[in-house]
Amino acid sequence: MKIAVCVKHVPEGSARIDAGSKRLDRSGEGALNRFDANAVEEALRLKGESDTEVVVVSMGPEKAADSLRKALAMGADRAVLVSDDAAAGSDLVATSRVLAAALEREGADLVLFGQQASDGDGAVLWAAVAERLRRPVVSQAAALTVEGGSLRVKRQTEFGYETIEAPLPAVVAVSDAINEPRYPSLKGIMGAKKKPQDVLSLADLGVDASAAGEAGSQTVVLALADPPARGGTQKIEDDGNAAQAIVDFLAEKRLL
Amino acid sequence: MSILVFLEQHDGQLQKGSLGVLAKAATLGEPVAAAIVGADAKAVAPQAGEFGAATVYVAEDELLQQARPQPRVDVLAKVVRDGSYDTVLFANSVLAADVAAGLAARLDAGLNWDLADVELRDGTLVGKRPALQDSVLVDVGWKTTPRLALFRAGSFDATPAGGSAPDVVEVSVELAEHSTAATIVGQEQEQSTGPSIEDADVIVAGGRGLGAPEGFALAEELAAALGGAVGATRAVVDAGWYPYSAQIGQTGKTVSPKLYVALGISGAIQHKVGMQSSSTIVAINKDPNAPIFEFSDLGVVGDLHEIVPKLTELVKQQRGL
Repeated sequence: MKIAVCVKHVPEGSARIDAGSKRLDRSGEGALNRFDANAVEEALRLKGESDTEVVVVSMGPEKAADSLRKALAMGADRAVLVSDDAAAGSDLVATSRVLAAALEREGADLVLFGQQASDGDGAVLWAAVAERLRRPVVSQAAALTVEGGSLRVKRQTEFGYETIEAPLPAVVAVSDAINEPRYPSLKGIMGAKKKPQDVLSLADLGVDASAAGEAGSQTVVLALADPPARGGTQKIEDDGNAAQAIVDFLAEKRLL
Repeated sequence: MSILVFLEQHDGQLQKGSLGVLAKAATLGEPVAAAIVGADAKAVAPQAGEFGAATVYVAEDELLQQARPQPRVDVLAKVVRDGSYDTVLFANSVLAADVAAGLAARLDAGLNWDLADVELRDGTLVGKRPALQDSVLVDVGWKTTPRLALFRAGSFDATPAGGSAPDVVEVSVELAEHSTAATIVGQEQEQSTGPSIEDADVIVAGGRGLGAPEGFALAEELAAALGGAVGATRAVVDAGWYPYSAQIGQTGKTVSPKLYVALGISGAIQHKVGMQSSSTIVAINKDPNAPIFEFSDLGVVGDLHEIVPKLTELVKQQRGL
């Protein structure tokens, strides 16, 4: 079996939007989107000791290779990074088009996503990619088993729990409740460097530059503004007196 | 502008969120259409008229009875094409998000999601999206039609507009092979037990940071001291640490207490939507980068297992317990 896991390289800490380009500021160090770590973990759990291949796929700047390396250090077998200046600023329509082209090339039996991107709060990409690949999609998976060419998912919706079955190939978005992602071991980190890591351009995927990036996007950011203030947020580090500080805060707000 | 609203229904109940979006659409000036899919579509269609729909498309095919997103993409794609709709609106839900994104790919149409509002500016539709943990308000638009928009839960009140009986149009759609491949083989309705957290003035909620199911004792003791109820994130409910009746978030309850204390909760968007209107939010988390600190009134970076027992004692002293 072959499992492809889509991952995103996101800014670390608090993300901000660059006022000039109106795009997410990606200038600082980034990290593997924490919710995608659940998808990588689930792929590795399904793989177990079998000969299943786990490929991690990302679209992003060159720096996104760091996040792919983290997934390789966790235990994934191979990485594919689609990195092309012409792909920057892609919206859902353009991103799903490029990712689907990369996934088409892999021909995986199962494509996994995390439940959301921690930077843009996007939580819809899998359904668009599944539509382009013309495969069944199941989101919010809290438990996943694969057996005899089909998968079985337990998921939670607003109305309780559902169990869903679908034949492979299929696309699944896992919830962060599905597992606890492992930390890469030292051996894993050392070994990651030797694993195959392809970098592909749009041309390599046969995607026209006009179909990606801002040119291929159908939505546009018009303006940015400060939201109505929520009131000051205070953040303190516990120096042993945090409990007292909380009580003082609650007393001041007349909440005790 | 010709607007189509996806009305979500479960067991013959039109969902409030999607009726709110319909009511909003009806204020934008043009006749609005709605689409209802599933077993009871025709029966609930007249209700859509009360919220402003002039036309209601209903699709009741056997294969549409399950609440799966992909067959709904097939239905909406046909309705949008045949009726030349240039705008399609959705109220966010587990189902609607997957339908909207699938339709965006099917039609190569722009989808703006997580919108809190929409307005017409010089005749052009502009979406309002609070982004990045609501630290910035983004105005978004569409370069082409159809325009697709997915609104946050609770963006609009579902107020009946007092409209007349709508034209009901039955739609028959050939479903794509991949759309019907996944099937629901089992369902469990969750029954709520214990006192409702929706009415509590104080909620102490726990997430994975509590470390283990036993960690909820800390939340329960603090809640008892504060005279409040205990809440939980989806992650710990799914993991079996705490009952579903205590779950707060997109697929759980929406609460707005005077005080919300978040213990070991990272603040994922699914949780946030269920508690963001709390008057005062206090968060304790060991990860200084946890998103919850972005929307807490007081954020404490530290080990909750150290802090909470002390806090519980101090609260008890203060309240003379």
